[in-house]
Amino acid sequence: MTSADHLDPVAAAAGSPAVTMRGITKRFPGVVANDGVDFEARVGEVHALLGENGAGKSTLSNILTGLYRADAGELEVYGKRVAFQSPRDALDVGVCMVHQHFRLVEPFTVAENVVLGDHRDVGRSFLLHQKSIESRVTELGERYGLAVDPRARIWQLSVGEQQRVEILKALYREARILILDEPTAVLTPQEAEALFETLRAMAAEGRTVIFISHKLHEVTAVADRVTVLRGGKSIGTVTTAAATSQSLAALMVGREVELTRHVGGGEPGDVVLEVEGLSALGDRGVTALDDVSLTVRAGEVLGIAGVAGNGQRELAETITGLRPATAGSVSVDGAPVTLGDPRSAIRAGISHVPEDRLHTGVAPSLSIASNMALKDYRSSSFSQGPLLRLRRIGDRASELIKRYDVKAPGVGTPTRRLSGGNLQKVVIAREFSSEPRVLVAAAPTRGLDVGAIETVHGYLREAAARGVAVLMISEDLDEVLTLSDRIVVMYEGAIVGEVDAAVATPEELGLLMAGVTSPA
Amino acid sequence: MSMPQVRIEKRLNQRRWLMVAVPVGSFLVALVLIAILLVTTGHPPVSTFRRLFDAGYLADGALTSTLIAATPLAFTGLAAAAAFRMRLFNIGAEGQLYFGAIGAAGIALFLHGQSTVVLIAAMIAAGAALGAAWGAIPGLLRAFLNTNEIITSLMLNYVAALFLNYLIFDSLSYWRDTSPAARVFPQGKVLPDAATWPVSTLGSIGIPFGFLLAAAVAVGIWFLYTRTRFGFEAQVIGDSPRAARYAGMRTRRKIVAIMALSGGVAGVGGASQIGDFRHVLDVKGMEQASYGYAGIVVAALARYNPFAVVLVAVLLGGLQNAGYALQGADFPSGLVGVMQGLILFAMLGGELLVQYRVTLSRRVPLASLEAEAAG
Repeated sequence: MTSADHLDPVAAAAGSPAVTMRGITKRFPGVVANDGVDFEARVGEVHALLGENGAGKSTLSNILTGLYRADAGELEVYGKRVAFQSPRDALDVGVCMVHQHFRLVEPFTVAENVVLGDHRDVGRSFLLHQKSIESRVTELGERYGLAVDPRARIWQLSVGEQQRVEILKALYREARILILDEPTAVLTPQEAEALFETLRAMAAEGRTVIFISHKLHEVTAVADRVTVLRGGKSIGTVTTAAATSQSLAALMVGREVELTRHVGGGEPGDVVLEVEGLSALGDRGVTALDDVSLTVRAGEVLGIAGVAGNGQRELAETITGLRPATAGSVSVDGAPVTLGDPRSAIRAGISHVPEDRLHTGVAPSLSIASNMALKDYRSSSFSQGPLLRLRRIGDRASELIKRYDVKAPGVGTPTRRLSGGNLQKVVIAREFSSEPRVLVAAAPTRGLDVGAIETVHGYLREAAARGVAVLMISEDLDEVLTLSDRIVVMYEGAIVGEVDAAVATPEELGLLMAGVTSPA
Repeated sequence: MSMPQVRIEKRLNQRRWLMVAVPVGSFLVALVLIAILLVTTGHPPVSTFRRLFDAGYLADGALTSTLIAATPLAFTGLAAAAAFRMRLFNIGAEGQLYFGAIGAAGIALFLHGQSTVVLIAAMIAAGAALGAAWGAIPGLLRAFLNTNEIITSLMLNYVAALFLNYLIFDSLSYWRDTSPAARVFPQGKVLPDAATWPVSTLGSIGIPFGFLLAAAVAVGIWFLYTRTRFGFEAQVIGDSPRAARYAGMRTRRKIVAIMALSGGVAGVGGASQIGDFRHVLDVKGMEQASYGYAGIVVAALARYNPFAVVLVAVLLGGLQNAGYALQGADFPSGLVGVMQGLILFAMLGGELLVQYRVTLSRRVPLASLEAEAAG
């Protein structure tokens, strides 16, 4: 079986099922990722797969694309039963996935990436016919509003353009069923809107678009129907016309959820964190943080908005000493912090909830108890001379587990076994219990489910209420708007604007995030 | 139409009984393989096995010889385990052991006339110091230049071996016996009698002082890694260097310290070679033994657990010792080597089963399903 010749997309009438999954079950040791999931997507629709993290969305799409095989259940594509052995089998019947993390070869051109791994005619030949590939890419791009120069090299493209290449790749392979895994995570609101246009155009042509997301407003904006997954089970499929954000959130979480904006807290106090002219290099050795100055007062939440990769991570890392600075200064309560030295930042009272929690925030193979003591094992309460006070470390960890409601078998459990939400609670418990002056939280709720997001937001507000200066970095505009007192927007390593959170709109922020600084 | 498909998957939770069952099972598999080998080469398997275990563990004096073979393996195994636990792959125990031996022999010759206690203490200290210094070199390179310590520590083994040769064969060094008697074949100066390490006895078994020292080092390493701040930092750095930096740990210093610790342990092993067994800087003997490399196998079989290292060293030491006893006119030494190799091969291969599980599944081709759906 090498081609999709027996599947005629023209024959597949709009509205007939394109993908039918019945009773799909997939177990991983210790978890049932999919538990009898039923799913159906029709020809010519945009179908959203909505669910919290860990609800089983990724597993289900990996089964559909042939990466995993289901332990039980049936999969039909255009009414024919299939059992994929590999992603190539899935590709043969027209199922293709656009991954959240792009799979592109950076030094190659767009056209080269598009044919890469294509095992049919052009991709198989010894010599590539550049011209014909390029013209096909251009043609597809024009048809779906995915403008990108086929001769450009990937590294020269913006993240949004790279995503277009991923979609073009799927279209070039004549994908009829496209799965997009959280495609808007890296886009500005304007770019996301353009993407939605493309998705609708593809659906209108008789393709099927499966859109994975946990953002409610996107789902209601783009999808025709929504299937909600919760805890590995399919909860139900609804038409978006009949749903609201509130009703979808309730389906997703299993209870009513508050989705309201934070209303101004108490009076902010004195300036605690002062960052002056801070610059730093990125991982590739080019300036990633360019002359950033900001202040955060006690009891205030300063939100940093921006599209991923505009210097936010470098800002957090430089303030907390993880990344050496090339210029500038950081001070806490007027006392300067030694830059490039995490220990100095910790001593100054800067807590840090890092973006990469699994490998930076914790040592994953070590126990919860060890990770709770990761920063203060040196203090006299947890060590005596060179020796550790293991009992005290254990006692404190069980106390924090209780207080922060970490769901874990015990303090000896390795942290890598915890779910994203519980892992984040471990990091937060440790960072909050050190009585910080400043809290730098980078993407504190990324990948968490709605329930855990509420909890984390609660902790951040609580910290501010206790007089901590909170610097919160997030790509999620809703989150920034919900939590912050003030918002600054970063673009290409610099601060391009500051707005009052009480009056800011997503559109206004979106323009700033895209680098448009002309007066509104 | 269908063909079975073997899949290897990582186990998420390791079963405790497997930790025992797999090594035992692997050992039995090795015995079967060896039996086949013996039958095809015309040796009776059962009596050969009996001789093997007799010579290794059961006969009079067998355990004494086994412990002599086990002592250096315990030291180099501990050296490897101490570094590997932190994911620093110190392959240089061989060279570090040589330097430990050079240091111990040198100080024993220098302190000629001192009491045994002073000499032993000085030999241990000198062995540890030189081994640590040699181990610290790849540590420093790793910490400050981010050089791969596997390559540098391995390469330094050759440097150490050449230096050892130079001391005895190519120079009139302090270590070389320059008396007329040694003109024919160059050799090291024999150490003073007081530099001979004592042997304690337990029943009929003689226990070298070095073996007791290795056991003490095992306890020390265990304590260091589980009970101290140093060990805590080492664990964090080994698990996630980024988390260590985030927590404000001084990772570079720790890398150098761990490599020095590992080298120091190997160096004490070198001192034990001189004090316990050789009493002279015996270049060829040490080079042929390749204790440093065998120690890596010991550490791997012991899963880097220091107590298990000592145990595994005794088991492998017995095997080695039995090998010497077996070989003779009717039993070529090559065959002994093949037998030892098969046992190690099976044991290390079996490790896979502890961490992974192998499943057989029927691969169902797409075509047959489609036929079924159509029919």
